[in-house]
Amino acid sequence: MSAHDSPDPSKAVLWDTHYHGHDVISTRSFGYFLYLLSDGMLFATLFAAYGVLSYSHSYFNGQTPADFVHPWYTFTQTVALFLSVLAYGMGMSAVKKGNKAGLMNGLIAAFVLGVIFLGLDIHDMMDLAAHGVTVQTSGGASAFIVLTQVHAAHIFFGLLWILVMMAQVAAKGFTTDTVGRLLSLRMFWHLQAIIWVFVFVFVYLWGYMS
Amino acid sequence: MLVQVPGGWNPLLGRLAIDQIPYTNPILAPLFVAVVIGAVIILGLITYYHKWGYLWKEWLTTVDHKKLGVMYIILGLVMLFRGFIDGLMIRTQQVWANGPQSSGVFGAVHGYLTPFHFGQVYSAHGLIMILLAATPLLVGFMNIIVPLQVGARDMAYPYLNALGLWITAAAVALIMISLFVGDFAHNGWFGYAPIFELQYSPGVGVDYWIWTLELTALGTTLGGINLIATIVKMRAPGMTWFRLPIFTWASLSANIIALTSFPALQVALFLVACDRYLGSHFFTAGFGGNLMLYTNLFWIWGHPEVYFVILPAFGMMSEIFPAFSEKPLFGYITMVAASFAIAGVSWLVWLHHFFTMGAGPDVNSFFSVATMLVGIPTGVKVFNWAFTMYRGRITYTAAMLWAIGALFLLLVGGLTGMMLAIPAINYMVHNSVFVIAHFHSMLLVIVYAIFGSVLFWFPKVFGFKLDEFWAKTMFWLFSAGSVLVFVPMYMLGFMGQTRRLDYVFNTAWHPYLVTEEIGIAVYCLSVAAFFVLLYVSIRDRVKNRVGQDAWGTSRSLEWLTHSPVPFYNFAVTPHVNARDELAWRRHNGINEAQPTQYVDIHMPNNTGVAIYIGALTFVLGFALTWRMWWLCLLSLVAIIALMIVRSWRGDPGYIITAAELEKMEREAMQRQQQVEGHLPHHGGQAVPGGAMAYEGQKVSPLGTPPSSGGDHH
Repeated sequence: MSAHDSPDPSKAVLWDTHYHGHDVISTRSFGYFLYLLSDGMLFATLFAAYGVLSYSHSYFNGQTPADFVHPWYTFTQTVALFLSVLAYGMGMSAVKKGNKAGLMNGLIAAFVLGVIFLGLDIHDMMDLAAHGVTVQTSGGASAFIVLTQVHAAHIFFGLLWILVMMAQVAAKGFTTDTVGRLLSLRMFWHLQAIIWVFVFVFVYLWGYMS
Repeated sequence: MLVQVPGGWNPLLGRLAIDQIPYTNPILAPLFVAVVIGAVIILGLITYYHKWGYLWKEWLTTVDHKKLGVMYIILGLVMLFRGFIDGLMIRTQQVWANGPQSSGVFGAVHGYLTPFHFGQVYSAHGLIMILLAATPLLVGFMNIIVPLQVGARDMAYPYLNALGLWITAAAVALIMISLFVGDFAHNGWFGYAPIFELQYSPGVGVDYWIWTLELTALGTTLGGINLIATIVKMRAPGMTWFRLPIFTWASLSANIIALTSFPALQVALFLVACDRYLGSHFFTAGFGGNLMLYTNLFWIWGHPEVYFVILPAFGMMSEIFPAFSEKPLFGYITMVAASFAIAGVSWLVWLHHFFTMGAGPDVNSFFSVATMLVGIPTGVKVFNWAFTMYRGRITYTAAMLWAIGALFLLLVGGLTGMMLAIPAINYMVHNSVFVIAHFHSMLLVIVYAIFGSVLFWFPKVFGFKLDEFWAKTMFWLFSAGSVLVFVPMYMLGFMGQTRRLDYVFNTAWHPYLVTEEIGIAVYCLSVAAFFVLLYVSIRDRVKNRVGQDAWGTSRSLEWLTHSPVPFYNFAVTPHVNARDELAWRRHNGINEAQPTQYVDIHMPNNTGVAIYIGALTFVLGFALTWRMWWLCLLSLVAIIALMIVRSWRGDPGYIITAAELEKMEREAMQRQQQVEGHLPHHGGQAVPGGAMAYEGQKVSPLGTPPSSGGDHH
């Protein structure tokens, strides 16, 4: 029964007058981490769909990734995205020293590298379309394109967010709000790179080899 | 890139044209007139009484978790009513359109609904009841109760909470507008591949279905994040994990399910949208698509979703039984373990929705055994509730009746579920109304728990009790209706009636169908009793006012603050010393102790951004449904712009000073004292594990005066 593990009621503290509650940044980061878990589930479901739709009959006798994937081209995308995450991380280490210019340089580098990634992706998609591979071609092509482009959409919104954060830090400096958001954005940007590892390995490379 | 749609399309209005408005439909046109008249009357009354400012300031822009919860519950009750009307229409069609001799009106050969219209009604019934009635009702209760039970001032993210509500409201608005503009999906609430593909369902019904589901999934995911973070991060000092009230545990397990499963639904529906809008081939019958991929993806969400709605209901029952048995909950730890066991197993059972897919004996055996495993933790819960009542001092309040009713239904639904878990039986009754009767038994467990909770927590939120006589009348009418509708349905299932029949060929089933229709009539009476209940209770509200601990036997932290709960929840954060904190304080005679010192508290500001974004998500859903591309782009850009503006401005919040707080607390105490004059005082009654029941007790004066005691005990 509950009373057994409880303190002596005559001495118990009943109210915490000076309880300061939770730490704002840690609470927000935790919530954002939970959101990222749901984002991970979203990709997991897309990978499952891709797995089901990556048999040879899924391509309906059309082109398969073995025909249209260029591993070295996609590798440059990979390098651009990883360098972007690295630049972001270096920018964040400047935050610890309160170095605004250091953060800005990191964000700008991360943004430019992210744009390169996205540009390469869009070029790749247009190239595929020119060779007759669109979502309308086959179930396999649908799964390939939708999975990679959902990832690209995440990158697009991440780039938008980087721009917003550059403006906010420029205008307001390091406040609880801006630093908390920079941390959330960092988690987001890292997760997209981690997802990209799976996209690159299981969609591009595995598709190319099979 | 985009698919050529059948029928007209123009750049401005997309597919929307005047012939999409069903103004010639003999059912919808009068309904539309009635809705317009009703809306004009309501809006007129608000204007006449100058309530727009109040509505806007106190409700539409609020970030207060209790008000948001109340709005969730109102939304859920309205949709429960709409879903009930759909059910009534389905039952009436089946009893009418029975046998080749049956008459037909309104353009139907048999009955009064054409097959296409009937299909829309049953799709809407299923979707509404699960996602727009049960889910908002439960999310509403979690919203109100969880922060109070963990001793917090609000949810972890008050603004996100408002956003979740308004996005859910947008989903409701979208499905409601499908009544009068265009049509709704006719292919079942969970859809089927490939009938929802554009070539087989060329109308906008499926598109409405997609975007309604996407919006509600988004709203629920946001709500889930908020509730988990609230439980993990916002607990009052002393509220260790194993002092957490059981409803909060149930909410935590349910929201972990929501957070992990709703993305799967979003993806499944997004892929359907890709098929219909971009012409991809995920679920097409040709071009390398895979029909069963959809069914799997949907039920990978769908089954966890079932437990997402049942676990909070179990939590509610776990609060009601101890309060009215005057005993602590039996087997607290096992109850927690059982909730998480159910949440875990929920991920391993989805295939039992389609054993007939033909996956082979090994796969079917796995899912069959996994499904039966669910019976173990559920059985633990049933026995825990039974042992909670065993040798308890049971008070048969209306709330307790609903909880006990839920227990009986759980047995019926659970045991038929065990039958369905056996593939050999499942092959026989697959897609029959036996399955329908089974899952209605289970979902009625939720409805019973919800009505029990409405009665149980109503005094906490509004400060007065609901009328016991009418609540019990409603309970018995509702239970009679449930028996009359669903017992014949189980029988018909065994006789071979399949689900979703707009025409029932076998006249030998007529007596059963008539019995079900009588049951529906009894249900109508219980709905009427509910309205009388609300009317009588609000009329007699002064007489039925209650103090902090409305039932006198409640156990957890939400009963430690005033009723109705002030907007700041607790003037001073309580320090938790025991698992059932209030019961412990009452047991030791210190439940009336008040804090001696107040300090400034910080509260979030109201914001209109959440409702604007909600409205814009509705516009986005509507524009996507009708393929008005310019409006899609516009609303999407507006949503992002609003988010950026909100993030730029931030919310500094505001301060309630200690002096203001003390004044408000004193007034609340005075109100409480007036109320307690009519009610028993239950402090210091040393009944082990509980206190006196609230009925028939002698009135005694207040033991501890306000603003004394506290940390100086």
